[in-house]
Amino acid sequence: MLEVKDLVVAYGKVKAVKGISFKVDQGQVVSLLGTNGAGKTTTLRTISGLNRPETGEIWFEGERIDKTPAHQVVMKGLAQSPEGRRIFPRLTVEDNLLLGAFARKDSDGIAKDLDRVYDLFDILRERRTQPAGTFSGGEQQMLAIGRAMMSRPKLLMLDEPSMGLSPLMMQRIMSTIRTLQGEGVTILLVEQNAAAALKLSDWAYVLEVGQITLDGTGEQLLGDDRVRRAYLGED
Amino acid sequence: MRIPTVFTPELQKQYHVTGRMVAMAGGLLFAVSAYLPWAYTGAALDNMSYLGGPSTLQFLGLTLGLIVAWCAAMGWIEPWADRRGFARPLIRVSKRVGWTRGSKAMGIGLLAYIVLILVVIAIELRGLVAVEWGGWVALVAALMAFVGTRLLIAGRAPSLERVRSAAWVEIVAIALILLLALLLVAYALNQNDGGIFLSIIAFAGALSAFVLRSGIGAWISEAGQKHRTVLVFSSFLVAFLFPFTQNGSDANMSIATQVLVFAATAVGLNIVVGLAGLLDLGYIAFLGAGAFTAATLSESAFATINWKPPFIVVMLIAGLISASLGLLIGSPTLRVSGDYLAIVTLAFGEIFRITMNNLDGQSGPNLTHGSSGIPAIPNLELFGFDFGKPHVVFGITLGRFSNYFFLMLLIMAVIVLVFTRLNHSRIGRGWVAIREDEKAAEAMGVNVFGLKLLAFAGGAFLAGFAGAVKAHVDVSVIPDQYVFLESAFLLAAVVLGGMGTVIGVILGATLLKLLPEKLRFVSEYRMLLFGLLMVVMMRFRPEGMIPNQRRALEFHSDDEELVQEIEEDLPYEFAEEKS
Repeated sequence: MLEVKDLVVAYGKVKAVKGISFKVDQGQVVSLLGTNGAGKTTTLRTISGLNRPETGEIWFEGERIDKTPAHQVVMKGLAQSPEGRRIFPRLTVEDNLLLGAFARKDSDGIAKDLDRVYDLFDILRERRTQPAGTFSGGEQQMLAIGRAMMSRPKLLMLDEPSMGLSPLMMQRIMSTIRTLQGEGVTILLVEQNAAAALKLSDWAYVLEVGQITLDGTGEQLLGDDRVRRAYLGED
Repeated sequence: MRIPTVFTPELQKQYHVTGRMVAMAGGLLFAVSAYLPWAYTGAALDNMSYLGGPSTLQFLGLTLGLIVAWCAAMGWIEPWADRRGFARPLIRVSKRVGWTRGSKAMGIGLLAYIVLILVVIAIELRGLVAVEWGGWVALVAALMAFVGTRLLIAGRAPSLERVRSAAWVEIVAIALILLLALLLVAYALNQNDGGIFLSIIAFAGALSAFVLRSGIGAWISEAGQKHRTVLVFSSFLVAFLFPFTQNGSDANMSIATQVLVFAATAVGLNIVVGLAGLLDLGYIAFLGAGAFTAATLSESAFATINWKPPFIVVMLIAGLISASLGLLIGSPTLRVSGDYLAIVTLAFGEIFRITMNNLDGQSGPNLTHGSSGIPAIPNLELFGFDFGKPHVVFGITLGRFSNYFFLMLLIMAVIVLVFTRLNHSRIGRGWVAIREDEKAAEAMGVNVFGLKLLAFAGGAFLAGFAGAVKAHVDVSVIPDQYVFLESAFLLAAVVLGGMGTVIGVILGATLLKLLPEKLRFVSEYRMLLFGLLMVVMMRFRPEGMIPNQRRALEFHSDDEELVQEIEEDLPYEFAEEKS
């Protein structure tokens, strides 16, 4: 469904992503793991069209999208819940969600999806007229995921959904991802929290300083010594 | 800056009964004082020298005094009637009115009103000796009302907007308020004396303060929201009726038409600034482009283009030329953010003016006759209707400016329609997202650049429209009418009135244009005064007089804490980017 080939992304002279290739198949949950500065977020932003690659190709459903403007990428069915959530704090929950559906014009479908998001996250329905900025971090993360869902994406990209959350809240988010997976949504997950992400993943890639050093199924990586030492804090 | 509290809660607790009595006495005494002579001779203001015959201004003061007394009295009447079970439905409503808060606002208003009048009397008649004893009585009464109301305990916040009232009551209320506003404006405009004009503004200010603080304002705005169409249509109807109150005098109509041109342009600018959040400091150039287009295509003997299309076509061309200028300046600059755009548009405004100066046949092709511009632009003639000729309707003569006033009203309607349609559309939602967080908006699939360009070009188009009419109203078009200062005033009107709202900006534009016309000292010191006004506004009400709800949230003080909470909660990258 999504295929990244030899992707190189640079900020000025500094190469953040140094030629990586990976793919995401229909219905899978695929994780990009790595520490700070490994190039995970840059990769996601480049797929979304917010950054431009130096070289390399990005293919989505048989179409090359690495030169497509960001707003058209969303229309093709690729949605992103950005790093740091980036909800609109002064807008209400409902306005936030409706903005997620900005690329769509079918008002019936939008209303239906709004209901779907509210079913997924009860708290959002309860507080839909409140400014989103009054929410806790976990609730904002739910909103950010819900907002990305509103474009009815074929591929949902989540950038560090567990960042800054309490363990309890993190579990809720992870179980939500599992629910979405059950509904057949394809997910590209970027995480620092390797253990949580690997348990969910059909396939995972480990990114180190802009290069993929390891890949395999979630279970394989969970059992891999190098991963255990570097990311799971075990000796 | 914090104003120290003189009337502390403890003081209020101890003396609120006395306060209530003093306030009532002060209000009533003020009402009585309206029948006393305030000034030594009739030369000051509107002749306040009679015993027993209040002048109009005194009569307005009487109303204010009675309101204070009534509000203070309600503190006793209400519980009393409640105990006895009198007029239950009325008391239920009355319990939701903030009588005490209203009386406090009115206490200040009353004091300001009388002080202003006494000062004007002293200035006009050279010295405070010219203030008659009645004036001093009024001042003492106002002081009593002020101190008395200060001593009252504010109590519960008003919640009048939650009262459910029949639709016809609300509609009648809207109609009455608009009619009252029309009468007040017509009366104020007919005053040639600056002092009277200022006093009427003070009266209107005191009254609005009372209405807002007592919760009546919230009820009115709720009613206005519910009957939006009624409100809009009746507003336009009232504006339409305005020329009929002028008895064929063109002096006020000329000002009113200028105000309308200015206000229509400001609403156009509000699309760019208020909705899309783009700071445009050269907006006047688009108005100018429209005006010059209309002038060069007009039947003036000095027009440089020999093609004379009908005015409808001219207007469209003017709009299109302005819009293309908008695209031209917008497409390279809208990719950069805030401050840069402000600088580029500022420069563009100046470039426009200088270019118009240079298209004089010497420095460039002769298109505008340079600094002397294009004079003698003839009056419009649309569908056989000659805008230059007075017309008599129902025995009332409507002069040249009245005709243009109606045309501008029509254009204003178009601009307001475009504005509200855009605001409530998907595009409007995209603009909100861009204003809030451009990067996040982009990730949501908002075409940031496209929407910004649309706002820029759309705003320019509307300005071009207004400019085409302005050329004919002004008779001549010269480059120096379109200086940076005008852009600044337009922006000031938007900021003063309230970014993102129509009614606020119209109010702001009206005040900024009307005051210098009516008050000579304002026009002499207008830069100083407007600068001061801006500083005061930014300190006390940065969201503008009538703010957009979302905008108000952006400036609200409790929201500051809220934003801080959010920032603490967010990961460091986001917090850093914001600072």
